[in-house]
Amino acid sequence: MNLVAHLPILPVVVPLISAPIAVLSRRGSVAFVLATTASWAALALAVALWVQVGAEGTISYAIGNWPPPWGIEYRIDTLSAFVLVLVSGVAAIILPYCRRSIEAELPREQHYLFYAMFGLCLAGLLGIVATGDAFNIFVFVEISALASYALIALGRDRRALVASYQYLIMGTIGATFLVIGIGLLYLMTGTLNLADMRQRLADVSDMRPVLTALAFITAGMSLKLALFPLHQWLPNAYSHAPSAVSAFLAGTATKVSVYVLLRFYYSVFGAGLVSDLGLREVLLVLSLAAMFAASALAIFQTDLKKLLAYSSVAQIGYITLGLSFESVAGLTASIVHLFNHGITKAGLFMLVGGAVLVMGGSDMSRLAGLGRAMPLTSFGIVLGGLSLIGVPGTAGFISKWSLIVAALERNQWWLVFAIALSSLLALAYVWRFVEAAYLREPAQPREGGREAPPSMLISAWILVAASIYFGLDSSLTLGSAMAGAQSLLGAAP
Amino acid sequence: MSQFGPFSYAITIFLMVAGLYIVIARNNLIKKLVGLSIFQTAVYLLYIVPGKLIGGTAPIVAEGYDTYSNPLPHVLILTAIVVGIATLALGLALVVRIHEAFGTIEEDDILREEHAPR
Repeated sequence: MNLVAHLPILPVVVPLISAPIAVLSRRGSVAFVLATTASWAALALAVALWVQVGAEGTISYAIGNWPPPWGIEYRIDTLSAFVLVLVSGVAAIILPYCRRSIEAELPREQHYLFYAMFGLCLAGLLGIVATGDAFNIFVFVEISALASYALIALGRDRRALVASYQYLIMGTIGATFLVIGIGLLYLMTGTLNLADMRQRLADVSDMRPVLTALAFITAGMSLKLALFPLHQWLPNAYSHAPSAVSAFLAGTATKVSVYVLLRFYYSVFGAGLVSDLGLREVLLVLSLAAMFAASALAIFQTDLKKLLAYSSVAQIGYITLGLSFESVAGLTASIVHLFNHGITKAGLFMLVGGAVLVMGGSDMSRLAGLGRAMPLTSFGIVLGGLSLIGVPGTAGFISKWSLIVAALERNQWWLVFAIALSSLLALAYVWRFVEAAYLREPAQPREGGREAPPSMLISAWILVAASIYFGLDSSLTLGSAMAGAQSLLGAAP
Repeated sequence: MSQFGPFSYAITIFLMVAGLYIVIARNNLIKKLVGLSIFQTAVYLLYIVPGKLIGGTAPIVAEGYDTYSNPLPHVLILTAIVVGIATLALGLALVVRIHEAFGTIEEDDILREEHAPR
């Protein structure tokens, strides 16, 4: 058996298999080793795929040797390889962090189940990105979503249960809308293969069901990616979930949903159809609303995790703003911000998780004086915050810079002011943390220098350092994003 | 299927909208899940109805049969049914846990209790 030929499916299969074995082992430590090995293996495989796609172009893999369009095809192009690396990379860095974090937050008998669910969630997210089959996307969306509902419900606070329930309702409606859209597309084209669908859509005479499908898929995925008015599930889910789960979902889940939207818009419907419908204007308005309203809401949060969650909604606004330009520059900005925000926000949630562990909560009043009590953690949060604002030298700056370039290319100079203004709002909510951590006196004096466990601190700092590194040297991220954007808009599959 | 087409689509859409309405309008967490299930089930019909041809058989090549129904929607919906059951089961499990933690499954009461100190 030649393993290299099966490379496209392996990143999905390895975590998927690790999950049932972790359940069978019934031991937290065994499950931890399994999940960590699986996620690092997935990262290695994703990087290998990325290299291969870079060298040879799009890879098509027929599952079970059933040739597409009849069988399920896995299709890896530059964009999907890039997102695969992001998702598996974030997972691989978070897992070593999980051990101490989960030990502190969950009862021992739940540990192996946690790692099993983590593996399933990772397999689902990677599957969504790797597959080239519409119905397969739905199945993987549900695999990852079901696993993440269970993961969120593990939070210590009983409000985690309600947050998880609300996410379950919203997420299921979103996924069902997606499947309605896919069903209508299947009715009109008779195929589920995305590439085949695009070709057959050209021959469809009655466009009304196709437009309905586009509407359903847009609404469904907007729910999943927490586009502004549909973001209600996100703040509670992220703030009450166990810290490791918040970090993982914030870094990956919404980003993968953006990927699905990109995939359907540009690889199936095509750019012309999307802009004819005025979807660009809709996205533009909603993105701006997210950038301002969610940032403003973030300023007034008293809980740091909730503040970061609202900031996620705002940052998703930047990603969809790039989408609304529908140009290579705009999509490049979207994709690069998808990556930059993924690593930054995951790193921030991990650091906050460490602070919660030591200080006993993420409420601003508890975090007062954090700068002295946990200097490394709070310095990391400040660096991550600078990246959220978009200070030059951080990854966030690269994203905003490419957004501004895209806006100027479309002659929408007023958007430059909008982006700058919403960055000021980001500055305000980051300042709330700085004020609490460095300028306020702690309620009860603590002995300084007690940091989070090293395994947690190091993992979190890797992501924070990465968000600085990709701010200084953006050739890797911008190059891949641009290649992905070109393949979406140009001779798309 | 032509004579049944509009009728079955009407049923599908009615169920879909009714289910979604229940999810939005009801306050009871279990009733919400019931609505969600109706909503999902309506989608099964959306897939299966167009696949059926009246007089069509399973796609097995045999003497005397030349009209075949499309088997693929059924297979897809089998998967969707499994997903639906998993969602419902997880949702109900969460409701049980919520009932243990809050002592109620009415959304209003839970939200009120969330804001009150424990």
